[in-house]
Amino acid sequence: MSDSPSNRELQKELIKDFIIESSEGLDFFDNELLTFETEGDLEQMNNVFRIIHTIKGTAGCLGLNNIEKIAHSGENLLSQLRDGKIQVNQEMVTSLLNLSDVLKESIQTLERTGSDSGNKHCSILEKMEGLLARNPEDSEQAKMEDPGWGLFDEESEEEKHASAKGEDQEDDGDSAAIENSTTEEENLASLLAAGKTNLAESTIRVDVSQLDKVMNMVGELVLARNQIVVNTTNRDEAALLTASQRLNIITTELQESVMKTRMQPIGNVFRKFPKIVRDVANELGKEVQLTMDGHETELDRTIIEAIKDPLTHIVRNAIDHGIETPDDRVVASKAKEGKLSLGAYHEGGQIVIEITDDGKGIDIEKVRETASQKGIINSSQAGSMSEKEVINLVFQPGFSTAGKVSNVSGRGVGMDVVKTNIEKTGGSIDVSTNSGLGTTIKIKIPLTLAIIPALIVTSADERFAIPQISLLELVRLEGEQAKEGIEMLYGSPVHRLRGKLLPLVYLNHELQISSPKKELESDEDTVVNIVVLQADGRQFGLVVDAINDTEEIVVKPLGKQLKGISSFAGATIMGDGKVALILDVLGIALRASVVTESRTLTSASEAEKTETESDTMQTLLLFTVGEDRRMAIPLSEAARLEKFSSEQIEYTGEQKVVQYRDDIMPLFDVEELVLDRKQISDSKQNDTLEVVVYSQAGRNYGLIVGSIKDIVYESASISYQSDRMGVLGSIVVQGKVTDLLSVSQIVEQHSIPESNALAS
Amino acid sequence: MKQFCTFFLDDMLFGVDVLEVQEVILYQEMTCVPLAPMSVQGLINLRGQIVTAIDLRERMGLAPRDIEEDPKNIVVQTEDGAVSLLVDEIGDVIEPDEDSFEAAPETLTDIARHMVDGVYKLDGRLLIILNVRATLDLNQAVSSEWIQN
Repeated sequence: MSDSPSNRELQKELIKDFIIESSEGLDFFDNELLTFETEGDLEQMNNVFRIIHTIKGTAGCLGLNNIEKIAHSGENLLSQLRDGKIQVNQEMVTSLLNLSDVLKESIQTLERTGSDSGNKHCSILEKMEGLLARNPEDSEQAKMEDPGWGLFDEESEEEKHASAKGEDQEDDGDSAAIENSTTEEENLASLLAAGKTNLAESTIRVDVSQLDKVMNMVGELVLARNQIVVNTTNRDEAALLTASQRLNIITTELQESVMKTRMQPIGNVFRKFPKIVRDVANELGKEVQLTMDGHETELDRTIIEAIKDPLTHIVRNAIDHGIETPDDRVVASKAKEGKLSLGAYHEGGQIVIEITDDGKGIDIEKVRETASQKGIINSSQAGSMSEKEVINLVFQPGFSTAGKVSNVSGRGVGMDVVKTNIEKTGGSIDVSTNSGLGTTIKIKIPLTLAIIPALIVTSADERFAIPQISLLELVRLEGEQAKEGIEMLYGSPVHRLRGKLLPLVYLNHELQISSPKKELESDEDTVVNIVVLQADGRQFGLVVDAINDTEEIVVKPLGKQLKGISSFAGATIMGDGKVALILDVLGIALRASVVTESRTLTSASEAEKTETESDTMQTLLLFTVGEDRRMAIPLSEAARLEKFSSEQIEYTGEQKVVQYRDDIMPLFDVEELVLDRKQISDSKQNDTLEVVVYSQAGRNYGLIVGSIKDIVYESASISYQSDRMGVLGSIVVQGKVTDLLSVSQIVEQHSIPESNALAS
Repeated sequence: MKQFCTFFLDDMLFGVDVLEVQEVILYQEMTCVPLAPMSVQGLINLRGQIVTAIDLRERMGLAPRDIEEDPKNIVVQTEDGAVSLLVDEIGDVIEPDEDSFEAAPETLTDIARHMVDGVYKLDGRLLIILNVRATLDLNQAVSSEWIQN
């Protein structure tokens, strides 16, 4: 159990907590016990009992046998007292206080040496037993009569001293011995001893609001620092410059330290998951084994609050949709018990939380289908979307693939809320899935919300801050490039960034602020600054007048009067004391319709569309028909590629059909229709048929082709026009003449009567 | 006895309960907020606190300021933090006679009835008491745009 490093870390943490809690508890214990002695209130006795009981329990869990034994002896006596079986007397109180002292000593020893010192407290144990034994009813609890109990009162002080002294001496021996013994204890000892200071005394409880206040003040200080630094760099006074540099460094350190005080281990959130997992698994009749890692990873408390619910939702989802029932798992030759793991770690100034299950994964086809059924995407989009994009559809509002609504999840609200909440903290969420093997959800969140790194840009002489988290890269176009780099596509400016079209958004246009400079220098020496941003998985370029610098900014909320403007996430105070607005990248993207409100468009389909429109390059699906005829269709026309065995083909009238996705799909044989060959060779009849599925107006049509050859990105400019029906013309692909087909023409020409018949 | 911090818009005398006023400051440099409602003039940095400045003329449906002089800020405290009201000129703190108070007459325009609590009849002039809450609630139907039309 204690072999893995993380477990050892955890053990150390727990022991630290135990030391702090027990020390506090024992102080309380003494007080309550004394009050009980004078007032005899049972409530106090209950408190006393509870404290000892807790110490005993925790010590037992942590394997601190000595402390457990001492606490246990006290607990026995206290339970008798509490239940009124024996009457309290001064002697008992004294020895109970002694017990408390002995416990405190043991705990101190534990803290100093990291070891739960051996069985050296026989005297107090005997005393406790002796006190119990005097009560005839409980004689069975007494193992032996303490011969010296009569002298107890006189001896107690001396004994205590003696034991304390002995303790100290033994401690030294102990720690030496420990160092030679197990590495675990050594680590613990060094960890705890390294602090030197007493843990219980070195921690205090602080009101959270007090910390928030300090944090705010540090925020102010950061701003004042920024102003000082800006104003002093332009001066020649060396002394002032040095002072401002020191101020700069100290402020940064202070900011970091204060931020640390607000940090809480993510274990605070993780702690509740074992129960949730157990409950949900029970409810659904599943068996789930939960492993958690990275408890100690620390996060700002505001963020901890913000991710609590999203995490819970994801965990529930993983059990509900991800992990299969034990029977299904056995069929899939997996262990009966599903595995769910939660992990948290730091990565590049961010916290990454990973939730992994080894369930059935996300069924991409099912997602595709559901999304087009629910109208989140249209069928042609469904065909052309990449797996990654399809998976991301689960974050769309109103999306749920669960067959039925269960108590646990599947109400169609959830993942979109999860995404929104995580994005609100400035984080991002990513899903990857391996069909049949499981799903991993990766959440990235910033360490803190209050102070964030931002890029400062200027547009129309106003400064704006862009949170770096949404920043991908900066592009600067000069002179000729500036003119040629921006192309117009139906009135929308785009820029080709490494061959991909990047939609451009002019910040001044979006914010309706005029940019006088721009118009003046439109012809000469134009410089275009593009800030490439990411919002909701889509990239776009924000054109600004100038890119200034990166700066740590303190996020301040906007007043109620400005809450309605989605383009701004807040405001901040710049080094010169002026206020600058913080752009809400998603809000700007929505406003500029880069990301549509319904979020239906995805980058690939959009990019493909724009590419085919912008020039003649397009992606073609190559296939052969008959023996050697090469043909191609634009890939965008193919919704899916399927294989059917010839046995699956049925007829309605003359029309070949196949049952496909709970529907009847008419099939067209390209060889028959386009090449007008009625004779189909026998050999082909027996083969599996390669079918290109084409979707139009919610109906699927199948195109039987010979065999699929390749997908190429080629110029589709037709070099030889054809008057054959369904053939757009001929092009040269890979050095060979290829017929470019128009699926829509073929379908239109051949299917309308049939499809009407089918529809009716 | 209530005390009012008074100020001028054109030659009208307005008053706000002193208890609602945080401070009165001179004109501050402002950052304008694109896409904001017309009456939001901008954001000011008030000792590290970001305060929204409302152009009270615009808000009250008065003609735009034509005086050379910069407007003054009356910073009022609300539940949602401080907000600054831009006014032409600051007046004295007045402690009017309670008996001289009268609700706003029915004949006042819609905006006025909404944002005016009432009037104190002072010697020789009227003190119009502003309802800060209604004034700052820009979502209310009273919008200067349609008043001016």
